[in-house]
Amino acid sequence: MSATSRDWLLTETPASRRQAAWGRRYRLWLQFRSNPLAMAGLIVALFLIVVSLAAPLLTNQDPGAQDLAHRLAKPSAQHWLGTDELGRDIYSRVLFGGRVTLGMVVAIVILVAPFGLAIGCIAGYAGGIWDRLLMRITDVFLAFPRLVLALAFVAALRPGVTSAVAAIALTAWPPYARLARAETLGLRGTDFVAAVRITGASGGRIILRHIAPLCLPSLIVRVTLDMSSIILTVAGLGFLGMGAQPPAPEWGTMIATARRFILEQWWVPTIPGIAIFLASLAFNLLGDGLRDVLDPKQGG
Amino acid sequence: MKRFRSLAAAVASIPITLFGLVLITFLIGRVVPIDPVLAVVGDRAPQDVVERTRHEMGLDQPLPQQFAHYVVELAQGNLGRSVMTSNSVTTDIARFFPATLELSSVALIIATLVGVPLGVYAAVRQGSWVDQIIRVVCLSGHSIPVFVLALLALLIFYATLGWAPGPGRQDVLYQDMVPQVTGVLLIDAALAMDWDALRDAVAHLALPALVLAAFNMAYIARMTRAFMLDSLRGEYIVTARAKGLSATTIIWRHGFGNILVRLVTVLALTYAGLLEGAVLTETIFSWPGLGQYLTGSLLNADMNAVLGATLVVGLSYVILNLFADLMYRVLDPRVR
Repeated sequence: MSATSRDWLLTETPASRRQAAWGRRYRLWLQFRSNPLAMAGLIVALFLIVVSLAAPLLTNQDPGAQDLAHRLAKPSAQHWLGTDELGRDIYSRVLFGGRVTLGMVVAIVILVAPFGLAIGCIAGYAGGIWDRLLMRITDVFLAFPRLVLALAFVAALRPGVTSAVAAIALTAWPPYARLARAETLGLRGTDFVAAVRITGASGGRIILRHIAPLCLPSLIVRVTLDMSSIILTVAGLGFLGMGAQPPAPEWGTMIATARRFILEQWWVPTIPGIAIFLASLAFNLLGDGLRDVLDPKQGG
Repeated sequence: MKRFRSLAAAVASIPITLFGLVLITFLIGRVVPIDPVLAVVGDRAPQDVVERTRHEMGLDQPLPQQFAHYVVELAQGNLGRSVMTSNSVTTDIARFFPATLELSSVALIIATLVGVPLGVYAAVRQGSWVDQIIRVVCLSGHSIPVFVLALLALLIFYATLGWAPGPGRQDVLYQDMVPQVTGVLLIDAALAMDWDALRDAVAHLALPALVLAAFNMAYIARMTRAFMLDSLRGEYIVTARAKGLSATTIIWRHGFGNILVRLVTVLALTYAGLLEGAVLTETIFSWPGLGQYLTGSLLNADMNAVLGATLVVGLSYVILNLFADLMYRVLDPRVR
């Protein structure tokens, strides 16, 4: 970065709103960058996402192509990570598996975070009967362990990617609603909200334009930290045969079909396990670092 | 006075949560694409048999009425019959639950004994390399899927080193040898004074309990560290130091003593989470607990059993959450 744009970002006297906003973001980035563990998390997470997206470019093997003559082969020049019980190339299956597993995780987060934010903001801002009603519903969903409720849902629907995503989404939103409500309660009585209200803004506008954006930092931290637990739940469902169905290369499903080879060909179930571990650890490190920067009061 | 009112509110919210719990389980049971009547009579039964069975099972009634019926049955401890074991689900759960209780309790004890000192140590040495290592170890422990850890543990400690016995809760030799009193094998074997059986039970329990503990140890250590950091900043620590107390007394008596209430809350919540981890751990170690019962029923589409087990786990979860809440309110003088 050139010295002038750095100066422009770090100036004490920003000339415009845009400059102030970008300056603030740049300072946060500098603070984040000084945390090596968080940077490692960011790099690994980005790496996994890019590699999953670019999977077709990184391998010329079909992840579904079977080669029964070479099943359970050790890693070699032809099959970098060996082959599984049906002679499929594990390297390409892990790459394409990232699309399924991480895709499911992203879908869940996209469904859940805005929903939880909306519920929490409405409950916190409206107060009274709405608050009590919405929070009671939230508590009911919080009362179930996530994996167990998701299992019951999937069993009732029919195992598969869509129902797994729906089931986990249904069990994952309550913490966001709680968080958003707590933030909203703190913001509701502030002077700037009162000022906006005096200008005649509607409740919807106040929530959407003034309260929700201020809930975002803590929500982002929570989502990032939660990513790892969602990854583990997705993989856990897959492992129990209730997530993506074979032959789809989902990481948890891959371990489920290969677990009986753990004692002889240990790498077959271990490699997708490492992938899950890396993804989950990366988001944990990233979330930890983001919390230090965006939301220091959460601690922990 | 206000304190008791908030306590009463917490207790009063329980029936509502329970009602929601039962309602959700009921609704899940009703969206099943498989017709429960056909599951009983078979799909080649004549139409009038199907209609009669539907009537007998009460499935031709409107949903609210069915729900009322479900609640009444539930109040009598009737969760329906399992298609897989052809026992009543209540009997099955009573048989499988003690094994899960045993596994998760031992795991919680291990996780606490390791996690709490680690957390305290990390807080005392905040920022040092020890703290960093503990932090990375904890984050790793919290990131590894419990079923992968279980598989690797079997590979290393059972297959390679031969330190641990294989999956299962007992050797075939001791199967059904210990008279069942509590269903918790460790206690039953000790009561029968059958020391060989006890040793066998401990050996079988060690590996799954350690695996289950590893994941939760990370969480306990992280929370302990955060609480301790907060506590060590207190003015009473300065006072204690000024009085010339030893470092050990300051840390354990004054620092640690003040986080106990919050720690008990965390432990209760961890215990609830352990039940969930137990589902995955049990399938790998062939541990005959509720988790294995649940997954077995899932694969056989045995909905009564699935919903019964879900309800029991949910119920334990609610009770533990309530316990955590109560401990916090009763023990912490600041919550008023």
